[in-house]
Amino acid sequence: MNTKLFDYVERHNFIYDLSGVTKFLCFMIAGAAVMFTYDIRVMIVVFVVSVIAFFLSRITFRQIRVMVAYVAIFILMNIVLTFLFNPQYGVEIYGTKHVLFTITQRYTLTSEQLLYQVSKVMKYCSIIPLGMIFILATHPSEMASSMNRIGIPYKATYALALTLRYFPDVIRDYQDISVAQQARGLDLSRKERFASRIKNVLNICVPLIFTTLDRIELISNAMDLRGFGMQKKRTWYCAKKLTKNDYLSIGICVLLLLLSVAVSIFVNHSRYYNPFI
Amino acid sequence: MDWKKCWKFGTKTIVATALGAAIFLVLNMFVKVPTGIPETQVQTCYGICAFFAALFGPICGALIAFIGHALGDAISYGSVWWSWVIASGVAGCVYGFSFAKLRVDEGVFGGKDILFFNIVQVIGNVIAWIVVAPVLDIVIYGEPVNLVFTQGVVAAICNIVSAGVIGTLLLFIYSKTRSSKGSLKKEN
Repeated sequence: MNTKLFDYVERHNFIYDLSGVTKFLCFMIAGAAVMFTYDIRVMIVVFVVSVIAFFLSRITFRQIRVMVAYVAIFILMNIVLTFLFNPQYGVEIYGTKHVLFTITQRYTLTSEQLLYQVSKVMKYCSIIPLGMIFILATHPSEMASSMNRIGIPYKATYALALTLRYFPDVIRDYQDISVAQQARGLDLSRKERFASRIKNVLNICVPLIFTTLDRIELISNAMDLRGFGMQKKRTWYCAKKLTKNDYLSIGICVLLLLLSVAVSIFVNHSRYYNPFI
Repeated sequence: MDWKKCWKFGTKTIVATALGAAIFLVLNMFVKVPTGIPETQVQTCYGICAFFAALFGPICGALIAFIGHALGDAISYGSVWWSWVIASGVAGCVYGFSFAKLRVDEGVFGGKDILFFNIVQVIGNVIAWIVVAPVLDIVIYGEPVNLVFTQGVVAAICNIVSAGVIGTLLLFIYSKTRSSKGSLKKEN
């Protein structure tokens, strides 16, 4: 089990030097742009921009290979499930039917379905590089401060900061308990029946919960003693000032969002792009 | 019913939220119990979320599920499947409304309370997975209707089992460790 959540490697380049606020905003704004539209051309533009940003960040493949594997499995599952459940959904959306080839009566592949499914994959993929940048190229301590600065209440973002801080501790507790229980003969493998596996998971959860409840007491007392939550605002150790590059990056993402909305309203007159009429 | 206490967000609730989300994340990423149906697992993390929500209220429940699910998605996939993350938050929030009536902290968790907690969690799961998640899937991602509702129903059943079994048992065990009000008597 990997005890490290993700690697933060200190680097200095255009992307890494951007403030956390910028990375978060860019991820959200560009995300909104692809979520709004169903036009593959707009998605490709967003994809190209985010891939360029990804290369600028010089994140290595080693850092992302597990993610890439997960994403590939997820996309494959989604493609297969969509086709199995609704092989003619593209026809419903676009209103025309161009048959490519027929497997059975129900499972006829049409170019509409192909466009629909490729668009859907693209919709998901186009934002991944920016998500990876936000996760891998933002200093973990800066994430909470950056979210607070765009208006999310600091008590909520502080919870996020604490989550990131205590995740390794919790996972260590989990491993200790799990190993201790296995030494006492608890079987966690696939050999056990469903009901007994739930029971076995519970045997790990109970000690985990109780150590955690103790720890909650400890941490919240420490925070109270230091006067946490007395004021409406707070300052952060990790907060970069916005520079010219930050405004440039946010500007590009806002342009992408405007492009997405404009294309939908003025060019396609709907969220879908229909090349078949 | 004491609705006022639901909306307090003190230091202890914040820390509980944070550590709850950390546990949620660990379980979400590593501990799943396969049901035998392909690609359907009982996510143990929703049981934990229901437990924390019943102890600390709806804000805590919503944030645990939201932060835990969003971070888990972002770390594993580099992107966030927003419709389900939002649905998670809704589920956590609804679980938390049981906090208004329950007094597990004082060691009270009898038959009626168990029933109440389970009614609330079933309502929460149904709203989140059969209404919110599929509708958002259709609005945001344009997924086919029959697919998303099938997935929603399966997810709802799995999470009802998870919250019902793991959540109830944890609450029961926890209530036994608390000393109830007025349990001490002066001996003559």
